[in-house]
Amino acid sequence: MLVRTGVFCLLVLLWMPAFTQNHQISGKVTDSTGAPITGASIFLEGSAKGTTTDAFGVFRLTVSPQDKMMVISAVGYGSRRISVSSGIINIFLSPVNANLNEVVVIGYGTQLKKDLTGSIASVGVKDFQKGAITSADQLIAGKVAGVSVTSNGGQPGSSSTIRIRGISSLNSNNDPLYVLDGMELPASTNNNINTYAGISSPLDFINPDDIENVTVLRDAAASAIYGSRASAGVIIITTKKGRGGKPVFNVNSSLTVGTIGKYLPVLNATQFSNYVKGQAAANPADTTYSDMLGASNTNWQKEIYQTAITTNDNFSVSGAMKDLPYRLSVGYHDEQGILKTDYLQRGTVGLHLTPHLLDNHLKIEFNFNGTYTQSRFANTNAVGAAASFDPTQSPFEKGSPFGGYFEWVNHSTGDLIALAGRNPLALLEQYNSTGKAAVGISNLHLDYELPWVPGLHAIADLGADVSTGFGTTVVPPDAAQQYNNSSDETTSVVHGLNQKYKTNNTYVNAIYELNYVKDIKSIKSNINVIGLTEYSNTLTTLYNYPSFGSNGDTLSGTAPVFPTSPADYTLISYVGRLIYTYDQKYILTASIRDDGTSRFGPSYRWGTFPAVAVAWRIREEQFLNNVNWLSDLKVRASYGVTGNQDGLQDYEYVPSYSLSQNTSLYPFGNTYYNTYAPASFDANFRWEQTTSANLGLDFGLFDNRITGSVDVYEKSISRLFNQVPIPVGTNFTNELTINIGTMTDKGAEFNINATAIRSRNFSWDLNFNVAYNENKITKLTNGSEGSNFYGDAVGAISGGTGNTIQIQTVGYAANSFFVLQQVYGKNGAPLEGVYVDRNRDGQITSPPSSPDAYHDHSPFAPVIMGFSSTFNYLKWSLTLVARANIGNFMYNNVKADLGVTEYILNPLNYLSNAGTDIYKSHFYAPQYYSDYYVENASFVRLDNIGLAYNVGKIGGINNLRLSANCQNVFVITKYTGQDPEVYGGIDNNLYPRPRNFTIGASLGF
Amino acid sequence: MKHNFLTIAIIGTMATALLVSCTKDLNRQPPNTVTASQAFSTDTGALQALAQVYSSFALTSPTGPGNTDLVGIDAGTSDFVRLLWDASELSTDEAVCAWNDPGVPDFHNMAWTSGNVILQGLYTRIMYQVTVANAFIKNAKAVQKNFSGQGATDIGYYIAEARFIRALDYWEMLDLYGTSPFVTETSPVGVGSFLPPQASSATLYAYVQSELLSLDSASAMVPAHQNAYGRADQACVWALLARLYLNSGTYLGASSADYTDAITYSSKVINAGYSLHKVYHQLFMADNNTNNPEIIFPIVYNGVSTQTYGGTTFIINGAIGGSMSPTAFGVPGGGWSGNRVTSSLANLFPDLTGTVDQRAKFYTSGQNETISSISTFTDGLAVTKWSNLNSDSTTPAGASTFCNTNFPLFRLAEQYLIYAEAVLRGGSGGSQSQAIAYIDSLRSRAAPGNTSYQPSSITLQDILNERGRELYWECFRRTDLIRYGLFTSQSYVWPWKGGIPSGTGVASYLNLFPLPSSDLSANSNLVQNPGYN
Repeated sequence: MLVRTGVFCLLVLLWMPAFTQNHQISGKVTDSTGAPITGASIFLEGSAKGTTTDAFGVFRLTVSPQDKMMVISAVGYGSRRISVSSGIINIFLSPVNANLNEVVVIGYGTQLKKDLTGSIASVGVKDFQKGAITSADQLIAGKVAGVSVTSNGGQPGSSSTIRIRGISSLNSNNDPLYVLDGMELPASTNNNINTYAGISSPLDFINPDDIENVTVLRDAAASAIYGSRASAGVIIITTKKGRGGKPVFNVNSSLTVGTIGKYLPVLNATQFSNYVKGQAAANPADTTYSDMLGASNTNWQKEIYQTAITTNDNFSVSGAMKDLPYRLSVGYHDEQGILKTDYLQRGTVGLHLTPHLLDNHLKIEFNFNGTYTQSRFANTNAVGAAASFDPTQSPFEKGSPFGGYFEWVNHSTGDLIALAGRNPLALLEQYNSTGKAAVGISNLHLDYELPWVPGLHAIADLGADVSTGFGTTVVPPDAAQQYNNSSDETTSVVHGLNQKYKTNNTYVNAIYELNYVKDIKSIKSNINVIGLTEYSNTLTTLYNYPSFGSNGDTLSGTAPVFPTSPADYTLISYVGRLIYTYDQKYILTASIRDDGTSRFGPSYRWGTFPAVAVAWRIREEQFLNNVNWLSDLKVRASYGVTGNQDGLQDYEYVPSYSLSQNTSLYPFGNTYYNTYAPASFDANFRWEQTTSANLGLDFGLFDNRITGSVDVYEKSISRLFNQVPIPVGTNFTNELTINIGTMTDKGAEFNINATAIRSRNFSWDLNFNVAYNENKITKLTNGSEGSNFYGDAVGAISGGTGNTIQIQTVGYAANSFFVLQQVYGKNGAPLEGVYVDRNRDGQITSPPSSPDAYHDHSPFAPVIMGFSSTFNYLKWSLTLVARANIGNFMYNNVKADLGVTEYILNPLNYLSNAGTDIYKSHFYAPQYYSDYYVENASFVRLDNIGLAYNVGKIGGINNLRLSANCQNVFVITKYTGQDPEVYGGIDNNLYPRPRNFTIGASLGF
Repeated sequence: MKHNFLTIAIIGTMATALLVSCTKDLNRQPPNTVTASQAFSTDTGALQALAQVYSSFALTSPTGPGNTDLVGIDAGTSDFVRLLWDASELSTDEAVCAWNDPGVPDFHNMAWTSGNVILQGLYTRIMYQVTVANAFIKNAKAVQKNFSGQGATDIGYYIAEARFIRALDYWEMLDLYGTSPFVTETSPVGVGSFLPPQASSATLYAYVQSELLSLDSASAMVPAHQNAYGRADQACVWALLARLYLNSGTYLGASSADYTDAITYSSKVINAGYSLHKVYHQLFMADNNTNNPEIIFPIVYNGVSTQTYGGTTFIINGAIGGSMSPTAFGVPGGGWSGNRVTSSLANLFPDLTGTVDQRAKFYTSGQNETISSISTFTDGLAVTKWSNLNSDSTTPAGASTFCNTNFPLFRLAEQYLIYAEAVLRGGSGGSQSQAIAYIDSLRSRAAPGNTSYQPSSITLQDILNERGRELYWECFRRTDLIRYGLFTSQSYVWPWKGGIPSGTGVASYLNLFPLPSSDLSANSNLVQNPGYN
């Protein structure tokens, strides 16, 4: 030992003098955890000399004075270029950033992540939200900066509202365009008809278990290639494909138990009875209301909610049959709602074939996704009814003619009180609405590389999406909810209801494309050009049926004039794009799309949507060679134009006459005529246009243990559809939605991923994203509004007739609350009917046209955040996802409706329960326009926490994974209502989101 | 070379196929609709288009009671009668409403502004009908030459009726707003740069007068009593002229008042063969379309086929609350607890029970005569004048909430009262004794056999009071009080006038309603009425 050390020292000393001549250097190459890298190669730049590392990662190399730089590289790791120095060098190589070499789906193609020029975020299987997920949109909640996903309540099959970078339209569609495996899907409505009856969103027919990746195109440079449908952003969904090889079977099952997280705080029977008696005490002679009190103690919310059981089972097999890679999957989802009687059963099948033929010159991809659902829809009116129904009444009453349920009747006449609240339990149990829907969506992708022109591909994409949805709603004759219907055939009222509905939708989409890719080494350039034409057509047919009473009588006026109401809409497009890369550092993307649509008149039918984007991969520049901590750096800049025509009417530009419906006849003598009514129209109708600019920075630090991106953007929406007053007398209405306004969204997004711990047994990965968006209306009318024009009233609330709580006004965010400023007494309680008289004219005028009202906050959160954490220890993994919205406000419509004495002792002669807020407000009459009801609804929600154990190989099973999960774990908020997250900011008896507990097993063999 | 050719061929074929076959798909026609020329190609089609002109009065939309032709107002509240009723009854001693719906409380507070949604709705509803009538006249004139014989005669009548309806609309604008955007069948329709000019009171008056006189002199209308029920005839033209002349002092200034013509035209109506319905309350029941010799021109409703949440459905349901039984009024599914009368109107009657004067149709059980809270239905007497029961007390087919009762826009009793008042105001061509006789006939119907209830002399104030008793809740009161100078003044107050329980006078500019701020913003030709901003 001593000898060896001595020899080594001697050698070193001996070589010292030779330093200015050839000398030997040595070193060790390791990865970031310190583990040696075997077989790494070390080359001296400008010479042929080089070597590789041994099993211990050690190398030795003789260098001469003219050798300045050396390059170290290894398979699976990023190369490093460092200057030659003497002595023993320790070199870390970072693993190749899987992220950077990741292939990202973009419009009509794919691109390496490192080459992206637009603001694109991609979420893969491993980052998806876990638990009882029924729809693809829920997979990415909280995962992408600037994308807000708000579920529309807890009903099985209810969709989510997705907004990418705020809103881009006031009066038409704000939903992103969905692209499934390269095929653009139709919007959720066509000419105001739901495209998929019985399925709320186009995403609901794809089994989340079949989804490989969800990619979000946020800026116009990325989305403009989809032209007139892309203003609200684009979401591209890629399904799992067969990978070839031996068949691999996968089974996963989960069981979910859902419960209601929180009841609305309403008076219990004792409190309620005391309240009513207390009010009656003021006038002891009048016992009208105290006589109505019952003797029971019913918690109506407990009566209507249930513990909901959901099972989800998926089976898939993937492999290859000879040269035919395939993946076949079937899934079955059976979900109960937490509202009694509510359920959804869904079967799905997916088939994906990806053969390569003709020496790999012809690549074929065939996708089929089929879904069949069967649902019973609970009468969601029960949610509000349960909050307001008298808790001293029992659900059932002996001798009640209403199926044995207690209902409010006029005691002097015995008549059902028409406008009284209905028994919540009866609303559910005496309402049977069932629906079925079937969707088949398939597309065939043919990519033929022309053998005689290398790099030239002729591509065809042929897709079809065919669906039908139908169902019936049956209410028995003794149900109070449909007790007094009128029919054409009898002189007395008709009880009960029997009606049906049906919608068919056929969508076809065809794309013919040429793609030319050429690497021109001599000028360090790579070009990728596409040119394509596209045709798509949506034909939605709504079937019109009469409604019947339980006795089979046609309810009056429901016999349809036309058996069907079809809506047909065609889009034809021409698209070109160039992606030019110079020296792998400078990337230019330029695209242009021409769209022609059947929705607009000939003079405005065609529109052009250009986009250009550049990216500079700064990390590749020489001057950063020695900045070792910086693993990646790229800046991006983009500009583009997109349009919006989804959600618009199909025939708005055509002047036409149509026959009135059978409830709107007019008689001359004894003959009733369907009237010929002219429709309002706008020949100048065209799409909304969004111009957006984006500046972005992508970075990676410390061997990409920290990666992230920052984006700032500005969107300017012009030709905004706004419903404006048009000069009365010039059209067949007084307001029309025309292209007149402008609006801006400005914002910034920050996303960071960090690996806090990375060692053999532990790893801890974190993601945090935050987005800021500021929305402002900049123009609404032609600018001639007078001093009494406060804006366009929107945001209908429940209570009264035609009350609205929000307004669109220039200079303010969209849908800002427009309310009266409540005055409070010394004890902090609001003073009923006392508001700040802002124009000091001695009187208070009610909104929406009120000089006393002011613009309160907007319902849309300016700041949204998402946080995910994945902690792995050996075979265990713990994940959590949290989301937060900061600065969003909500109109508590439930409280505004339930918190007043006048409704408790209802003038229509029944009792109605109140929220506990009545003790605070003491309002006698409703104060709908008080800002007392506009509450800060900022929140932090722990969406999901999950624990999984990866058993691994056990018996004949190759892979077994067990998991437990809780969804909707808790919410931290100051908001006093049921749930602070209601899209649009008006909380009016949202179907509560359940708290779900899920256990699951996944096995592969 | 061959390969290049192949490439070009493939691309060329693909692109051409797509271009040729598909761009025509961009021309889509709306389903279930026709063009104007198709609609007007037959007599029946034209009649159906005419029905739309009429139904624009009755209904909120051609697509059911839940929809509306108008925007910016709740669909169910957007029909003509409901809006007119709010504006001309709630602003007077005849009614208060418990509801806090947008714009409603402004009326008894007399604090309406140019943003009042009901006044905006009323204005746009009237002008909507003008626009539909204009389109009808234009399209019908365009096809008139294609018809011959009976068809040609029919089309001629249709056009005349549409002109009458349009004149009636402009009279409403004159009465309510004093001014109006002015469009005829030659005005452009569609979104564009056309801004209708504003017509002053004098212009509107002259236009309405000349249209009616021209329809009359050309005998363009179907003769009185000859047209199908629901359609206007020549008597309607006279009845509107009589009303126009009676109020001419309001519209043109007292010095230009023309009471002589009011007598002339009310006499024409009176002599056209109408007679008073024998039983007063049967005028306002579900079968008032049959055996009713008094109605000159109704707005027709039907609970099954002509449904609206406004019209008589609103009047009847809105009046039922407290301990009243909806079934007892033919609306088992209804009862909306809204409207009552003030004591000022109720006290015009000798008693509240109807013992003396049967027109006192009040519901008193559980109702306080004094209104301490407007939002409490049991404060103020309820009114049972309107009902959806048939005159034999049966309930009409299909009755639940929607009503069959027709609204008489013109009826004979009003013409009697016009005659009498015009005589008293100094018009010539009539006589005091005839005036008293007409009042007598109203009184004797209200109190059959009670000769002590017959007046021996009448004053102008008597006529106003008689109008209150005879015509309450029929949308006359505001116009009447303005003609008598009592609408805004301190000299006549009623409970809650001006928003205070004892009542107070208000500024006289409130005699005209404001143009809606929405139309002022859209049409720079319009100038707001004085007093409003």
